[in-house]
Amino acid sequence: MISLIPRKDIPLALTVMTPIIAIALTLIVGAIIFATLGYDPLQALYQFFIAPVSRPDQIGDLFVKACPLIIIASGLVFCFRANVWNIGAEGQLILGAVFSGYVALTFPGLPGWAMMPLMVIASMLGGLLWAMIPALLKTRFNTNEILVSLMLTYVAALLIDWIVRGPWRDPMSFGFPLTKMYEDAALISRIELPGIGYLGQLHWGVVGALLMAVGAWFVLSRMLVGFQVKVMGAAPRAGRFAGFSPSFVTVMVLGISGAAAGVAGMVEVSANIDQLQPDISFGYGFTAIIVTFLARLNPLAVIGAGLVVALAELGGDSAQIALGMPKVVTGVFKGILLFMLLAGETFNRFRFEIRLPRSAAVKLTGGQN
Amino acid sequence: MEQLILTVILTSVPLIFAASGELIAERSGVLNLGVEGMMLMGAVSAFAIAMGTGSPILGMFAGAFAGALTAGIFAFFTLGLATNQVATGLALTIFGTGLSGLIGAPLVGHAIDGLPQIHIPMLSDIPILGMLLFQHDIMVYLAVIMVGLCAWVLNATRVGLIIRAVGDNHDSAHALGYSVLGVRLLAVMFGGMMAGLGGAYLPLVLTPHWAEGMTAGRGWIALALVVFASWRPWRVLGGALVFGGITIMQLAGQARGWTIPSQFLSMLPYLATIIVLVLISRNREFALANSPACLGRIFHAGK
Repeated sequence: MISLIPRKDIPLALTVMTPIIAIALTLIVGAIIFATLGYDPLQALYQFFIAPVSRPDQIGDLFVKACPLIIIASGLVFCFRANVWNIGAEGQLILGAVFSGYVALTFPGLPGWAMMPLMVIASMLGGLLWAMIPALLKTRFNTNEILVSLMLTYVAALLIDWIVRGPWRDPMSFGFPLTKMYEDAALISRIELPGIGYLGQLHWGVVGALLMAVGAWFVLSRMLVGFQVKVMGAAPRAGRFAGFSPSFVTVMVLGISGAAAGVAGMVEVSANIDQLQPDISFGYGFTAIIVTFLARLNPLAVIGAGLVVALAELGGDSAQIALGMPKVVTGVFKGILLFMLLAGETFNRFRFEIRLPRSAAVKLTGGQN
Repeated sequence: MEQLILTVILTSVPLIFAASGELIAERSGVLNLGVEGMMLMGAVSAFAIAMGTGSPILGMFAGAFAGALTAGIFAFFTLGLATNQVATGLALTIFGTGLSGLIGAPLVGHAIDGLPQIHIPMLSDIPILGMLLFQHDIMVYLAVIMVGLCAWVLNATRVGLIIRAVGDNHDSAHALGYSVLGVRLLAVMFGGMMAGLGGAYLPLVLTPHWAEGMTAGRGWIALALVVFASWRPWRVLGGALVFGGITIMQLAGQARGWTIPSQFLSMLPYLATIIVLVLISRNREFALANSPACLGRIFHAGK
């Protein structure tokens, strides 16, 4: 009989190795699945993980792809640490894009110094408001935040669809569901590196994303609110004795993650799309969940995890072009990766012990217990 | 009007299957958020087999089998490796959506013959009622039978008692000598089989082709339905019909030229889910009294 025995302390090497082993196992399992379905596994893995970063400018694009993931995951870290399951970041992202789009489209004449901050604030507000629905329903009516936040994602997708086809459609768009193009002041510009020039599509939003991850780390590890979040997640009973309010923490973490997802929506539109359209996100809100777990709920590790997952996302594009695989195949990798990470978590928390039949076990372990 | 009611019934069938399967899994204490992924795996397998063999009945079995197999992955991780059930369920949905798309890529654009209708002799000749209730394909009857079976097993048999004991207090059930993990494994696999059947119904009856992500959130609505039904099988049937009705309302509204933008009508099932969740969860005592006490809690014998 195999039993799980809780570890008293976790070896550091195990903590560091877990994500690496998880990635390695994901590649192996992925290769097996590809081979089973009749694709050349080595060719598939090459297209997925090497081809997208084989030129310097592609490194820039990798950061661009990771940008929304890092921003969203920096917020989700708070939720998952507190054991609050916000899986509606996708919807909050859309609302952030819509709110910042309102600023950009309604006040196109604003100067740059006013436009950008206003758009960021608006996007945070949009994501925050959308996240407040599951938060308040949870604290007020004890409603399951997983289902509510997810249902709201479908609602948000339909909402933006209506907005760009109806009230905000550019009359000059020849019937396409698009708003007017944003003015230059509302766009995020590309970074011009001294001596190198532009690196792919690398834009200033990426710098913002890195700053947000560092900011999240600071709040979580150096501030009282961060401590509250960690305590309420790890030991809610102890938290209540310490006078922390579970409702406050729930509202706060959903607020933080909603605002972060909103900013991701604004950055995505202002840096890459330049106008609102029905599809502004490619499931970043869901993918960021995996990034958060790959980072093991550590905001600084979110940066590296975001880059790894972004690589798989870009790999999906290149495998689609080179091998004719459907785009959703990335989901296979993402799903397996999440499985492996969760399993790794178990190996961190428990030792596996093979127990002998009862009579023998009493003799062997009797002295230790 | 009869046509409309008929459509409501057909629309609710996938929800009935998926929700009553998930209900059994949850009564044993396991929250499997991977319903959407299991449904998609069921749908793509059912379509592939029905297309390959020409037999929609074989497709149905393939869907059930694929759903159970997908649930087996979930069971391996949550039961075998004691992983977090919420996150593992999410992983299962992401994985199932991706894998079904990969398997189904060569199938896009093909069509199959759906399940034939079975007219029950005598009964199907009753005016109106006969058409509404007794002229369906085999899976409609099966859905009702399965709900009845779930209710009977849960409430009136020893097996049901064990499932509920494991779901309400796994430590006591373990102390009594029942295999907590064994019971949960079977319950989860049953849930997967039912989700697979629910998914299979989409390409076998509702739309006779395969499309990526064709379940369109039905798996999540099924999860909400379990809460709506307060973990009682027969209430799943009623709830599924209500949701089927709401889903159909948007189509009916469009056909009648309502001036509300279609997007708002499409939001109805999702908004209704939220409202229903609020109404059910509002009364904390009621919600707690009915939900399995160990739902989502990890069991390992080596404490």
